[in-house]
Parts: sequence; structure tokens; C-alpha cells
Amino acid sequence: MKRCAAFLLACVALIASAADDRRSGREFMSASTQAMQRDDTLNPGMLWVSGGEMQWNAIAGKSGKSCASCHGDAGKSMRGVAARYPGFDVASKVVLNLSQRINLCRERKQLAPALKLEGEELLGLEAYVAIQSRGMPVDPPQDAVTKAAAARGKAMYFQRIGQLNLSCAQCHDQQWGKRLAGSTIPQAHAAAYPIYRLEWQGMGSLQRRLRNCMSGVRAEVPAFGAKELVELEAWLGVRDKGMPLEAPGVRP
Amino acid sequence: MARALIHIPATAKRGEVIEIRALIGHPMETGYRPGADGKIVPRDIIRKFVCRYNGEQVFGAELHQAISANPYIGFFTLATESGTLEFVWEGDNGFSQTEKMALTVSA
Amino acid sequence: MKRRDVLSAGAGLAMLALVRPASATSQEMAAAIAAFTGGAAPKEGRVKFDIAQLIDNGNAVPVTISVDSPMSAADHVSAIGIFNERNPQTDVAVFTLGPRAGKAEVSSRIRLATSQRLIAVARMSDGSYWSKSVDVIVTLAACIEGEAP
Repeated sequence: MKRCAAFLLACVALIASAADDRRSGREFMSASTQAMQRDDTLNPGMLWVSGGEMQWNAIAGKSGKSCASCHGDAGKSMRGVAARYPGFDVASKVVLNLSQRINLCRERKQLAPALKLEGEELLGLEAYVAIQSRGMPVDPPQDAVTKAAAARGKAMYFQRIGQLNLSCAQCHDQQWGKRLAGSTIPQAHAAAYPIYRLEWQGMGSLQRRLRNCMSGVRAEVPAFGAKELVELEAWLGVRDKGMPLEAPGVRP
Repeated sequence: MARALIHIPATAKRGEVIEIRALIGHPMETGYRPGADGKIVPRDIIRKFVCRYNGEQVFGAELHQAISANPYIGFFTLATESGTLEFVWEGDNGFSQTEKMALTVSA
Repeated sequence: MKRRDVLSAGAGLAMLALVRPASATSQEMAAAIAAFTGGAAPKEGRVKFDIAQLIDNGNAVPVTISVDSPMSAADHVSAIGIFNERNPQTDVAVFTLGPRAGKAEVSSRIRLATSQRLIAVARMSDGSYWSKSVDVIVTLAACIEGEAP
């Protein structure tokens, strides 16, 4: 009886794994880069997490409040939050990514100026909030507005752009695993963001990477925070649903 | 003040060899890169790192441009007695940063 | 400096025109090692140079140098130097150790401009020098990413 059950379980596991051939960008990296991500004492992204923790506890704006004043221990209050972004924000009536949502809190609750997108402070806060969901499955919100944004993002993902006339799908759905100029093309999963990218020698958001890809195919690049970029992020969230969050990631 | 992260064991036994990992945020600008304006960005690196254990230097490093940004150094030291480990980074443009960690060493 | 040797030439990519400083040569590396050893020729052995042979990105390559030594007051490693052959500058780092190190092992992350040879040289308390060289292949960061303004 026990052997039968074990065999059945093995079969189910095999079917499940066969159906999901999604692989994190981590799997396309060398062993030493993987070790850099896995070990918090080696991961350069932890410098930003540490900076973010200081920001979390720092009083800001006319409110005289820190993030901690309302949200207390981030380990409890922020658990699972990053996994649900981008998502529709009811109060502002738009779909926002995590860094935009952080800025919303700064402006409306802390009465402090918004932090510069892609600046060190906002990246630090984003990294600190995101690490609280590390290991949890990506969980895109299921409301109609977020879903519609993701659908528009999906259309963009399959749309050829730029002088090189390439779509995201052509490289990342059809050619992943193959080599481009000496590097292996990953599947473009986004659950590790924000990442410490060795190429940047610093921390960056998903939007930075998306913009650079678009620049790379010689397309016009939307500004940081642009609606199209958030919609593309929303689609990537749907595409990554269930994959474990890895932030802060390290990527070559 | 750059962010710095240092990992040492919380406690150690006398005579034990302990591992220390020190990471600091710094661009380690090589002085070879052209900036957005096309002009070479001047060199700005950390050049020296020392670890002192209760005042005595137990490890040192002379760093050049080939050390990566946000430099990481891992090394070892013999746990002799309880006290303070002091880490000092110094570099171009008057860069200087000191971090201290307490080490408890039992018999 | 990084060379962007993009192999997918057929796409008509706009190449970034980068200022590339002269790189070090093997003679310069030999000279830097001689300066470290005071002219003595290091012997091959006792030094382990741990580095990936195929490197994801030359901006941050983890390395670990370890030396077989009792690290006693009478017999220890007093310094470890790392040198390269093809970066703009041949010196990478010099680490100062001593009997209080307990273990002759250092780790760091280094920049490699291109595929090349690296040498780690250990200076021992008895005045002898030991070395290990490695040859590494650096595949430059991909793709046709251009940092967008």
C-alpha cells in the first residue's frame, strides 16, 4: 500500500514538473554567481537591503513618521506584499509596481517627497520590502483592472519592436537556452528583482532591465514609471505566477 | 558613510580560526571609463583595508582598480581573546570608514 | 574597460565606440611579480587559486587564494599578491597576513577585462615565494543591452 502511494506521488510530481518548464534566470548562471545570490554574506544586494532597513526606520516628511511607525516589523507586515505587485491601487485608481506604491505611502502618509525612481534609496526600500517575501510564490492580483493591465503587457511582450524588430517572446520564449554573444539567453522571469547585476556593478529594478533590453533592440524607450512598463511588469507577474521570489537576486 | 556589512561568528573558542567577511558599498571607479559626457571618469577607489584585533593589525589589503565594485574581502583570524575587531577602509578623495564589531572568545 | 565583441554581426548593430586603454602585457606582469618578490623567481606549488574557468561576467569574478602553511610564528605566509596579464593594470591586490591569520586563505571579487592568465604569489616567512597561475575565459555580458538613458 505504502509503495503504491509513493509510486503515485512520484508520478504526480513527474507530471507536474513536466508541465512546468519555467526556469529561473538563476539556473542559467555559473555556480559561483549562484553562490553569490544564495549566501547573504556574499550577496552585494544585501548592501541595499541594509540601506532599505535604515530607511524603513528613518523618520521622513512632515508626518514625522517612519515606515515602521505604521507598519512595525517589516518581517511581519510586509510578508507576501512584494509577491502581489504590480497590482491595482484602489485609492489612486491605477496599477502600480512596488516602488511606485512605496512612493505613494511616502507622499500621502509620510507627507514626504517621492523618492527618485531608480535612485539608491528607493531601490534599498524596494529590496528590503521584497526580501520579506523571499521564497514565497509570485501571486499576481486577480482583480479585473490588474488583469487588463497584464493583458496589455502580454500584447507588448509578443509585439516586435525596434530597429532590430524583435519581440521579447522571440528570444525569451523561443530561443531561451541558446547563446547570444557568448551568454545564454534566459527565460526572462522577474521574480528575483530588484537585482544586483554584475554588468551594472549595482542594484537595479525590473524596469531598468526592461528599458535596457528595449534600448538594445533599438526601440524607443519609455521613461521610468511609464504605464507600458508597469503593464509589462504586470504580465511578467502573471507569467511568473507560482515561481518563488528570489529578491535580492544576483544576475550576470 | 557607505553601507558596510561584516560577518563574524557571534562567539569563538580560544585558538579557533574564525572566518570574517567584509563587504562595503563603493563604486571602485577605475579611471578608465568614459562617462555619459564622453570624458574619462576619474579614478575613485578604496586602496587600503585593515583589520585590527584589540588594536593589533591581523590582516591588511592593498587594493587596485581590478577589485570589483562594492568590494568583498573574506579572510581568517585566530580567536585569541574577547575584544573589538576594527575594520578600516581608506581610499581616494579622502575616503575613510571604520566599523567595529565585538568578538566574544571563551576559554 | 570592456571590449564588446558582439558575434551576431549580421544584425547591423551600432557598435559602441569605447576608449580602450592599453592593456598590461605578460612582461609587465613579470615585472610586477619581480617587484613583489624582490627579483626572486617564485616556485610553482603550495598555492591554490580557486576561480571559475568560464566566467559569467568579468565585472565581478569570485576568487579564493589559499596557501598550504601551518601559519605558526616560525612558518607562515606573510603576504599574497594577485597579478593579471590583460587588464589595463597588472596589479590586482596584495594581502598582508601573518601568524594571527590562523589560515592562509583570502577571498575577493575581481574585475577581468578579457580572457587571460592570472597569477597568485605567496611570500613566506622564510623568504621563499610560491605561486600558482590560472587561465580563465571571460564571456562578456551579453547581449545587445544598451544602458538606456
